[in-house]
Amino acid sequence: MYRDLLLVAPELFLTLASLVLLLWAAWGGDKAAKAISWVAVACLAAAAFLIPAETGADAVAFAGLVTSDLFAGFSRVLIYGAAAVALLAAAGWFGRAGDYKAEYPVLVIFSAIGMGLMVTASDLLTLYVGLEMQSLSAYVLASFQRSDARSAEAGLKYFVLGALASGLLLYGISLLYGFTGSTMFGDIATALGSPAEEGIEMGRLFGIVFVLAGLAFKVSAVPFHMWTPDVYEGAPTPVTAFFASAPKVAAMALLVRVAVEAMGPVADAWQQIIIFMALASTILGGVAAIGQRNIKRLLAYSSINNVGFALVGLAAGGQAGASSVLFYMTVYIVMTLGSFLVVLRMRDADGEPVESIASLSGLSRTRPGLAAAMAVFMLSLAGIPPLFGFWPKFVVFEAAVRADLVWLAAVAIATSVISAFYYIKIVKIMYFDESAPAFIKEREPIGAALILAAALAVSPLGYLAIPYLTPLTDAAAASLF
Amino acid sequence: MIAIFVFYLFATLVVLSGFMTIFARNPVHNVLWLILAFFNAAGLFLLLGAEFLAFLLVIVYVGAVAVLFLFVVMMLNIDFAELRAGISRYWAIGGVLAVVLLFETLAALLAWNEGGIQIAGRAPTPANVPNIEALGAILYTRYLFIFEAAGIVLLVAMVGAIVLTSRRRGGLRPQNVSKQNRRRPEEATVNMKPGVGQGVEL
Repeated sequence: MYRDLLLVAPELFLTLASLVLLLWAAWGGDKAAKAISWVAVACLAAAAFLIPAETGADAVAFAGLVTSDLFAGFSRVLIYGAAAVALLAAAGWFGRAGDYKAEYPVLVIFSAIGMGLMVTASDLLTLYVGLEMQSLSAYVLASFQRSDARSAEAGLKYFVLGALASGLLLYGISLLYGFTGSTMFGDIATALGSPAEEGIEMGRLFGIVFVLAGLAFKVSAVPFHMWTPDVYEGAPTPVTAFFASAPKVAAMALLVRVAVEAMGPVADAWQQIIIFMALASTILGGVAAIGQRNIKRLLAYSSINNVGFALVGLAAGGQAGASSVLFYMTVYIVMTLGSFLVVLRMRDADGEPVESIASLSGLSRTRPGLAAAMAVFMLSLAGIPPLFGFWPKFVVFEAAVRADLVWLAAVAIATSVISAFYYIKIVKIMYFDESAPAFIKEREPIGAALILAAALAVSPLGYLAIPYLTPLTDAAAASLF
Repeated sequence: MIAIFVFYLFATLVVLSGFMTIFARNPVHNVLWLILAFFNAAGLFLLLGAEFLAFLLVIVYVGAVAVLFLFVVMMLNIDFAELRAGISRYWAIGGVLAVVLLFETLAALLAWNEGGIQIAGRAPTPANVPNIEALGAILYTRYLFIFEAAGIVLLVAMVGAIVLTSRRRGGLRPQNVSKQNRRRPEEATVNMKPGVGQGVEL
């Protein structure tokens, strides 16, 4: 029992921390919000140090409900990091609007606990409870700015569609349980591996399809992406930054684990689904972003597009595929958090946030540093070679080519050229268009430091990290097989 | 034999009332169809020998959730006079539904006494252990971790509801218990002895 508790130590610690912070928030009121945020960041950092590094059978806890292996550990580091950045970014952003509430950091931590459960889940029940914990916190965070009608709308939309997705997922889980006789990933794989009667095979296939549909909603892969642009646009910007990073990693890691550990023996059945979602996401994410005028909507389509590329890695399957997905998500969250940190700095002379792409015009003359950072993020998201954003795409395509999916890699490269169009358009607007009214200059040392760190990480300097990052992702992926 | 018949009866009605929940135009009817769907699902549970779940479904979903829905729907702006006007037209179908519910209750009891429906590949249930005990035994041992996590999910829902709905309103004069308790008689009352024909200076 003690060993089991040690394996979920980060979740236990964060739960205790969130309860204490919740009490602090209740008594301290919104005045304490900033202090609570800082403590919450410290708690996330402390939780990262509690992540166990067990492998194989040692990593299984609670009779198979939880597997806290290297894969889960690696994903949790990414999740905690992204959550901490979302907290640091929020303190400055909400503070001016005056609606920063002390519950914000508490809800982010609850969400992080849920995501920790998602990535450690090796049972469909753990998966569902973790997913709901993450989603419920996310619905509240989306409508956190109550005075803003768009924020309330985003929360409601997210909640209704999220409930629908949970319903699909639960239906799939019930079918899988009914036709395989277990909710544990390992037992499901064993049952799926043994041939069954014709009718039952159909039921299993339906279960797989519904589970994948529910999870695809969470990673916002096409055709379950409809909510993404609206929610990303309406939610407060720091919350959007959070949505685009940590939950994506958690849901993607979960998808990889379910595909490999639970549905591994019937790879033929899900591979075509993943391939379709990958292609549809890259194509739609690339084409639909072109007409956008709002930078947050554009980044929403960019996240759909990027999820498509990560799914190419999953479609490739095998250890190399899983490793490439992790690598892709690692670099992706740095790029996307960096872009959102720049968007957070977009405020007009009165300090009101602006979101239109047109307001970025001529940024290179009014704010050269900010423009340079944004250009680095955009070109990196486009995957243009000297920048680090090129490498994860290369790793993913390499995995696809090795798995004899040359055509898939070729189509994905073609769509990445389409998406490069709108990324480069942003750079062009910033550097060559007539100057729009300048953004207000404010001293925000933390935000500036985070932007600088993210920009350096995705600059060509990032290649220096490859010898350290690749063995980590490889080891994490190896623990799945 | 009767179990099979009752199963198909319940299953058909669940699906049918599920459809009607979506397609009925009147929101009050939607909720009533939903309640019928819950009742039939409870009947299915009863057939499977899961009597605890069946009662839970009726008590929690029909008793609490659906009635809550009904209250919310009643808050919507619906012309009830117009609805009542049609009662003479609807008494026939209403009566049929009531008879169906009565018949179903009897059928479910009958089928349950017959031993319920047997399905293949069902998880083994220990003999002579009531449902509640079996569920409790597994919930608080094997699935304890998830049970606790579900508690956190409920906490998140509670925090969320409070964050999104509570707001500080101006102009309210709430009770301050400690201030009330701190107040001593000498602060609140003054002993005066006004002379005849004189008022009291306050």
